[in-house]
Amino acid sequence: MMTKLIFGRYIPGNSVIHHMDPRAKLLLSFYFIGIIFIANNWPTYVILFVFTLLAIKLSGVKWSFFINGVKPLIWLILFTVILQVLFSASGGHVYFKWGIITISQLGLVNGIYIFCRFVLIIFMSTLLTLTTPPLELSDAIEYILMPLKVVHFPVYEVALMLSIALRFVPTLMDETEKIMNAQRARGVDFGEGNIFQQMRAIVPLLIPLFVSSFNRAEDLATAMEARGYQGGEGRSKFRILKWQARDSWATVSFAALTIVLIVLRA
Amino acid sequence: MAIEFKQVDFTYQPGTPFETKALTDINLTIPDGSYTALIGHTGSGKSTLLQHLDALLKPTSGTVTIGDRVITPTTSNKDLKSLRQHVGIVFQFPESQLFEETVAKDIAFGPQNFGASEADALKTAAKMLTLVGLDANLLGRSPFDLSGGQMRRVAIAGVLAMQPKVLVLDEPTAGLDPQGRLEMMEMFAKLRHEQNLTVVLVTHQMDDVANYADHVIVMDQGRVVKTGAPREIFKDPQWLVDHQLGLPKTTAFAQQLMAKGLTFDPMPLTEDELAADLVQQLPASAFGGAQANDD
Repeated sequence: MMTKLIFGRYIPGNSVIHHMDPRAKLLLSFYFIGIIFIANNWPTYVILFVFTLLAIKLSGVKWSFFINGVKPLIWLILFTVILQVLFSASGGHVYFKWGIITISQLGLVNGIYIFCRFVLIIFMSTLLTLTTPPLELSDAIEYILMPLKVVHFPVYEVALMLSIALRFVPTLMDETEKIMNAQRARGVDFGEGNIFQQMRAIVPLLIPLFVSSFNRAEDLATAMEARGYQGGEGRSKFRILKWQARDSWATVSFAALTIVLIVLRA
Repeated sequence: MAIEFKQVDFTYQPGTPFETKALTDINLTIPDGSYTALIGHTGSGKSTLLQHLDALLKPTSGTVTIGDRVITPTTSNKDLKSLRQHVGIVFQFPESQLFEETVAKDIAFGPQNFGASEADALKTAAKMLTLVGLDANLLGRSPFDLSGGQMRRVAIAGVLAMQPKVLVLDEPTAGLDPQGRLEMMEMFAKLRHEQNLTVVLVTHQMDDVANYADHVIVMDQGRVVKTGAPREIFKDPQWLVDHQLGLPKTTAFAQQLMAKGLTFDPMPLTEDELAADLVQQLPASAFGGAQANDD
């Protein structure tokens, strides 16, 4: 059920992209989402696609993972694209007009651009999550948030919560599955009947989940204290992030991409 | 109620990059009224198989016959409820499924889902609580105030309250103290005789298999590698080691005695059998010897 989601999963691998510094990957992915909006004509979109597909090729992850990443969002994408096509201002040749609905050349082109943007963003963020273990991501976020310490933002605590949360997502999913099965065996129908019946069916799932989360939190806190955890200040690190040549090269290629896009922009 | 598997395959997340095959070509029968033990190394597919017994999972190919219902890959998810009433599953660590305000309501939850009136269900709940060996004054308590062992019993009572014909137990004694384990295993054995249940036990405790089961299914890497009576299964220690399983303590001890020159045929499975064999084989002086020295 939930396990079908590709988004947010990590596929172990041994490519250049897998070995990149997670900070570089995280920042460059965000940067990529930013520069997608520079593109506004066909050549720029083609360049963006070539760049993304090259990155995917470099990661050695199968194409099917990316296609599957787009699948759950396809309706949202199509909905946005159709709205854009139907209601955008007229421009260029007008093919069809009825009331406020106008299908024009400009509208169609804009629709396709939006489709491309969605696909590019999903491909790049899927590439990030597929090639980066969640713990590395949370290390990267901790590092990136570090400057906020100046304004007394609890960076260590947030990073700790984040890494614990990430660690327990699969555990909680398993637990959910298990309790669901146990309750189904006792005659609960999940996802059947009207909305009120469905909501009532969730109670025997939610309460045990909350209770087990409380118990788990208590056990974990005790275990952490027993191992000498006293808060984030003054701790050393086991996983040390290293910026390497490949990260610099990646940054350079993104800079080059930006320049090319600006030049080709209409 | 007999359960039959015919050429059952099961794959998790078929058609996705995470596809994993859990069961391959399973053919087996769990006879009506039997006490079947399902054993195998961790990850051998026991729990996946177990979920097929209650149609919580449906085979990717092949058929599962539960009583007179046939489950195929295309069976719809509707009207499986009537089936589930007859198969009670006690999952591992069942105490995590408790959720109601009181013990009584939690035990009554199952029967009520299957159409029992509230009054009837609460009456059943009171009966079941004493059956699992807890005091009736716990009925009004919150299940979350109880000790771990008591919670386990309440959860089991909740499954028994549905009055299933097949009782499936997935390591029901994991994490219990020796006394609690013995009591619980004895309770299941007693229930089986009183209510003529078919019991399926998933366990890593070979002693329980030897003491209680009359039919054993051994799984390895998603396949059934052997079925038969416990005596047949435990006959070949090397074969068990190859499949990452062990012997019951009694049988292992008998093996050691055999190395010292005693013979056992058939191999003893329980302490009583071993004792009877030893009385036969050892010369009378071995028993009287100590006394003779004392005199």
